[in-house]
Amino acid sequence: MFTKEIMEMLTKGIGETLYMVLLSTLLAYVIGLPLGVILNVTDKGGLKPNAAVNKLLGTIVINITRSVPFVIFALLIGPLTKFLIGKSTGPTAMVVALSLSAAPLVARMVESSLNEVDKGVIEAARSMGATNRFIVFKVMLVEARISLISGATICLVTIIGYSAMGGFFGSGGLGDIAVRYGYHRYDFGIMIITVVLLVVLVLLFQAVGNRFASSLDRRK
Amino acid sequence: MSTIRLKNLTKTFYQKEGEVSALKDVSLEINDGDIYGIIGMSGAGKSTLVRCLNYLEKPTSGQVYIDEVELGSLNEQQLRKERTEIAMIFQHFNLLEQKNVIDNICLPLLIAGVTKKEARMRAHQLLETVGLSEKSKAFPSKLSGGQKQRVAIARALASNPKILLCDEATSALDPQTTKAILSLLKEINKKLGITIVIITHQMEVVREICNRVAIMEAGEVKEEGFVEAIFDNPKSKAAKHLIFKDAGKEDHVLGDEKVKDLLKGGKIVRIVFTENSAFEPVISNVILKFNTPINILGADTKNVGGIAKGEMLIRLPEDAKLASEMSAYLLERGLKVEEVEADVY
Repeated sequence: MFTKEIMEMLTKGIGETLYMVLLSTLLAYVIGLPLGVILNVTDKGGLKPNAAVNKLLGTIVINITRSVPFVIFALLIGPLTKFLIGKSTGPTAMVVALSLSAAPLVARMVESSLNEVDKGVIEAARSMGATNRFIVFKVMLVEARISLISGATICLVTIIGYSAMGGFFGSGGLGDIAVRYGYHRYDFGIMIITVVLLVVLVLLFQAVGNRFASSLDRRK
Repeated sequence: MSTIRLKNLTKTFYQKEGEVSALKDVSLEINDGDIYGIIGMSGAGKSTLVRCLNYLEKPTSGQVYIDEVELGSLNEQQLRKERTEIAMIFQHFNLLEQKNVIDNICLPLLIAGVTKKEARMRAHQLLETVGLSEKSKAFPSKLSGGQKQRVAIARALASNPKILLCDEATSALDPQTTKAILSLLKEINKKLGITIVIITHQMEVVREICNRVAIMEAGEVKEEGFVEAIFDNPKSKAAKHLIFKDAGKEDHVLGDEKVKDLLKGGKIVRIVFTENSAFEPVISNVILKFNTPINILGADTKNVGGIAKGEMLIRLPEDAKLASEMSAYLLERGLKVEEVEADVY
């Protein structure tokens, strides 16, 4: 069963999945991290409460995007992907859908991590005459870093799951192999191998994330 | 010259459940170099008041003057500048958990735009001032409450403030640590000439280091003045309550209903001995002179701003004439005598 071709295909699949997942997570944070900060800062009791911005961003943009199932979301933004990348299949095309659909999740994760920061510490910083920018970058993000890393791990694992769904659109990667061999050709052997590989990836990322967070935590 | 002047300060919180007035027309003057106590039970509005002093809370009406600068007239940037001169320490220390001691102390310096290297140097000096040099690399989670408060004090001093606000700074500490922190604050006040405002619900804190005190209840200042004067002769019910509670601690036996019944009869008076009168066996002399027993309900000696003060609660005989003669005798001996209403317990 493990012919040279299949081994090459699986190796390529792992590479494509890693490429999609890591790049999408990165881009999702590029979009989602600032959004999460804005959500937290504009919230009631935040550094600069602004109900209009908070409602618009929180309810309309984030909640609505998050309620669209990923498969449908990927179909809907097909034209945008084509406009940006020039094609709508393959790993790079998938990155667009993955990062855009994960960004709202990232924003919520970041928001809740920042909410956990001790209000007393923020008050102390205000009493020292700190600007809001200083408080966000040098106090809140620093104090919340353990929770932020745990959140990032959850996002990464979620994106691995989404990326496997991308197999239905010819995204490449392990999910694509699973769909082609398992779904279209009834080759359950290959399908199970890809599933096992996906499980291993998830476990690996989760373990690395936990380890990293724990090694940085100064509270214990 | 007054460093801090509050004029007709009010603060109302508008909540779903209705309006809450946390401060009602508070006016105070705190002088340069004072260690000023603001004492009250929880909910008296003292935490709101102290947050108005650096505009962490904007008062609903009234003015806060710091060295004759009205905080309400400043824009955001000017206010932040002013805050660097008004440091603050807190009940729960509020240190950054993810930064070590030195980096915590550096925080106000970095806010002020000092370079990292200079900030570190100054932070080490400050750590020495508070007596914690060996803990520079430690993280807050590894420190005791007293050590955390020392770090917080060092951090507060980093920006060379002229005022230090202490919000229940010793409430989370045990009695010994409280004493040590208070004496550190006293030293800072003396050596650096920093005006200190202390918010507390503990009378012993006020007695230990404050020279002036304001007594707050339900958002109002009920009484204000020199600590010794208020201790000797409290006028408001709130002040009496706090002082007597201090004498008998939380579970004052006199507050017990059964005990109250047993005590029915003659008037209860509180007498205060000052240094001069404490040497004479006054109570024994009263008993011998009038040939009538006196019931001693409680007694205590305290240190008020470095002066030993004895206080005693006694019950005079039911005979009104005899009782007033006894009061007069005690007054003659230089004691302060004051009738106590049963409900202040």
